[in-house]
Amino acid sequence: MKCRKCGGTAVINMRQHKLALCADDYAVWLPEQVQRWIEKYEMFTRADKVLMAVSGGKDSLGLWDILIRLGYQTDGLYIGLGIDGGFGYSDQSRALSQKFADEHKLTLHVVEVQETYGATIPELAVISNRGHGKPCSVCGLNKRYIMNRVAHDGGYTALATGHNLDDEAAVLMQNTLNWAGGYLVRQAPVLPASMPGLARKVKPLCRVYEREMAAYAIVRGIDYIYDECPHAVGSTTIYNKELLNQLEEARPGAKLQFYLSFLQAKEAGLFSVKASEPDLHACDRCGQPTTAPGDCSFCRLWDKVRMVKGLPTQVPAELAALDALPEAE
Amino acid sequence: MIVKIAYRGKEYDANAGTTLRDAVKKIGLQPETVLAVVDGKLVTDDTIVREGMQIKLVAVISGGAL
Repeated sequence: MKCRKCGGTAVINMRQHKLALCADDYAVWLPEQVQRWIEKYEMFTRADKVLMAVSGGKDSLGLWDILIRLGYQTDGLYIGLGIDGGFGYSDQSRALSQKFADEHKLTLHVVEVQETYGATIPELAVISNRGHGKPCSVCGLNKRYIMNRVAHDGGYTALATGHNLDDEAAVLMQNTLNWAGGYLVRQAPVLPASMPGLARKVKPLCRVYEREMAAYAIVRGIDYIYDECPHAVGSTTIYNKELLNQLEEARPGAKLQFYLSFLQAKEAGLFSVKASEPDLHACDRCGQPTTAPGDCSFCRLWDKVRMVKGLPTQVPAELAALDALPEAE
Repeated sequence: MIVKIAYRGKEYDANAGTTLRDAVKKIGLQPETVLAVVDGKLVTDDTIVREGMQIKLVAVISGGAL
């Protein structure tokens, strides 16, 4: 297959775009696409300080690579979850994130959950008895809390995550199957900082296929963790992705159409935003935004774990591991 | 002639002369969920499988990441 741009040998054929490209042209084309979506959804500008959440995977490291090539000011945030899975998943993902940051002379903030709060994520799941034996629920809660807190306290004007189109379409499918109105209203390329303490969250890869990101990582020679999180095996998200890929196989572009039609429907007023807006207020303990009355879910979760482990119940006022964190401007 | 294809730590057989896309389907995978790397280079799935090729499939689906 020939590259549409130069006629050389293509390395990727994107049937949804009817476009095949060689390695060199693909490495230029994808960042141009991401730049389009950053501008279209008004995510951030080159004057912004962006905190890039990295996991050591292809999506987050690939996006970080794209953002620095596009000239954005970025620092990284890696959250150490303490997941082993028999092959040192967290250790490997941290090492690869650090390697990328070092090679590009970038700042990487690291928050190790166990060192900072007192337990690993798998341990937290067992003690808290949440998630029916799977730590994904407590993992998500911790990641969202820490990402928001570091972004806000560090004075970052945007928090970027590597969620790609397949992630978005899989979540959209799940929320549609459940008619989860509140979640559907909040699913968007940009989640604004709608109250003090809440970071602006952006997803520059929301229109980029997961396959495209894997190809970008290979073409750019990015060393990423190939194995997925051991706890994600058999997850609903992966199941939904497989179903959506069956649709995509029969109808190229089906995933993209599903997601874009949803965004257009939302724009046209299909969902009532006011009726679904959660009532956010500051947590009595840590000050982070929460919908729960009094203390937030994060503080209540860690109270329980600290009590069981015989640790002091005071949630750290500061993220001690973040010694390099810049002050808010 | 049988050519070996590596995927997630296992090896699968493919017939020389078929396309990678057909070989992937024969293994039972969806072409959308993998990329093919031949002799260390990314290739499109219309590539014809030939004797002597070092073929590796890279899974593109992940879950639980940020």
